[in-house]
Amino acid sequence: MKRVLETNIGLVYLFLYVPILAVVVFSFNSGEQISVWQGFTLSWYAKLFENAALWRAVRNSLIVAGISTCIATVIGTTAALAIERHRFRFRTALVRSLYLPIIIPDIVLAIALLTFYVQASIPLGLITVIIAHGVFNIAYVTIVVRARLQGYDHTLEEAARDLGANEWQTFWRITLPLIAPGIIGGALLAFTLSIDDFVITFFTAGVGYTTLSVHIYSLLKFGITPEINAISTMLLANSIVFILLFLWFQGNTAASGKQNAR
Amino acid sequence: MRRNYHLLILLFPVVFWLFCFFLLPLVSVFIYSFIERGTYGGVRWDFTLENYQRLFDGLYLGILWRSVSTALVCTAVCLLLGYPFAYYLARYRPKHRSILLLLVVVPFWTNFLIRTYAWILILRTEGLLNSLLGTVFPDWGPLELLNTPLAVQIGLVYGYLPFMILPLYAALEQLDMSLLEAAQDLGASPRRAFWHVTIPLSLPGILAGSMLVFIPTVGAFLTPDLLGGGKVSYIGNVIERQFKTARDWPFGSALSFMLMGIVLVGTVLYFRALQGSEESETS
Repeated sequence: MKRVLETNIGLVYLFLYVPILAVVVFSFNSGEQISVWQGFTLSWYAKLFENAALWRAVRNSLIVAGISTCIATVIGTTAALAIERHRFRFRTALVRSLYLPIIIPDIVLAIALLTFYVQASIPLGLITVIIAHGVFNIAYVTIVVRARLQGYDHTLEEAARDLGANEWQTFWRITLPLIAPGIIGGALLAFTLSIDDFVITFFTAGVGYTTLSVHIYSLLKFGITPEINAISTMLLANSIVFILLFLWFQGNTAASGKQNAR
Repeated sequence: MRRNYHLLILLFPVVFWLFCFFLLPLVSVFIYSFIERGTYGGVRWDFTLENYQRLFDGLYLGILWRSVSTALVCTAVCLLLGYPFAYYLARYRPKHRSILLLLVVVPFWTNFLIRTYAWILILRTEGLLNSLLGTVFPDWGPLELLNTPLAVQIGLVYGYLPFMILPLYAALEQLDMSLLEAAQDLGASPRRAFWHVTIPLSLPGILAGSMLVFIPTVGAFLTPDLLGGGKVSYIGNVIERQFKTARDWPFGSALSFMLMGIVLVGTVLYFRALQGSEESETS
């Protein structure tokens, strides 16, 4: 039985990592074929730096992810504070409707926004993408910040108030630093989701406003070259940096949570 | 009074955003699903039920069935691969457990397009799998794997397996081992203890994982598009075509609404089943 379980573990890890490793290995392949090994080269990476269309797409992606993450972080944090700190009439309704953007298929959200923009005569551009990303990012940030607020020690705030701090001072000096790891974690998640999003961007971006994901998609659809392996590897490296950052902040969350408990 | 004022400031942004950019768009797509298609790809503002009638056309029912059955198969395969995996991981030495778990999460953070593209690299006619098979069995011709329903199924399992493993792991890790020992002390065989203790207690994880896999796969657009090569239609692709090429927005809206209906029914069933499993646990 143990053997069966161990084999399964091995197979699942192989299944998860062989495809990713294949992309990384073939990004250093000198041939014109994307999957036939011919020799080592870095030329595909060199080509990336000359590719103006790619960098325009990267810039658009960074603009969209940067702005929508800022918006979602502020709105998601205020929403989490309202939900965790207050009791109000439509609280349950708000909590449930914040899950909806995550639950409904992204193609439905994309189409809903597209028809809405057209009916409201809002021209498609980068702003329409930022608004769309805001919708799902707010939902994710709220979840992450709420989780942080739930495992959190209220006596510190009470102590600050007892010592004469007013509400603003208490918020800026006590509450915000304590929930900061949750906020940063939520922001990192939002940024990653925004950079990675394809479906919603594909439907809500105007012509000429290509983001990195949409650029990769058109490469995949209309002509795969080995350059795509190099782009993918760069993005993979980027994701790994982000996941390590996220975990580092989450680890700090756990550590400071333990301190609070003491 | 002051507290109410605070609450208002905290709530206004999120309520505003959800109302304007989530609720209104849903209303908008709902309205679109009841109007007529115009002659040149636009729309005519006349009420019609025709878009919904077309859904019951044999062609679209077939596509719908393919999407739902593919999503169900994907969920089942993820469960079969993920359950023993999570079971083993939950019992692993705590020190290394978090690293093993991290390795499951890394693919979740990497770009979905790239993970899908990786399978093109492997499955295409001159791809890695065929060159591997070619060296082992030189007599075989290359297998045509890309642009088949099998490729789509593999891509979906690959994309959503972490969503199954994580909730399963969370449920199995919390499992009280003394209950299993008690079952065995009372004479249950390990197999019996597994089916009558472990499985029922991890049911919330099974349900959560199944839902997290089923929902995105039933409406998947990217995986069928890239790995199915547009040769096999799934509901996500049909919706995309109505908006991007066929320019029949009202019908695409009706399809979207049906897809949302399926997902919401699935969610309601999930919460029912979850309540059921909690009740049977307490009784």
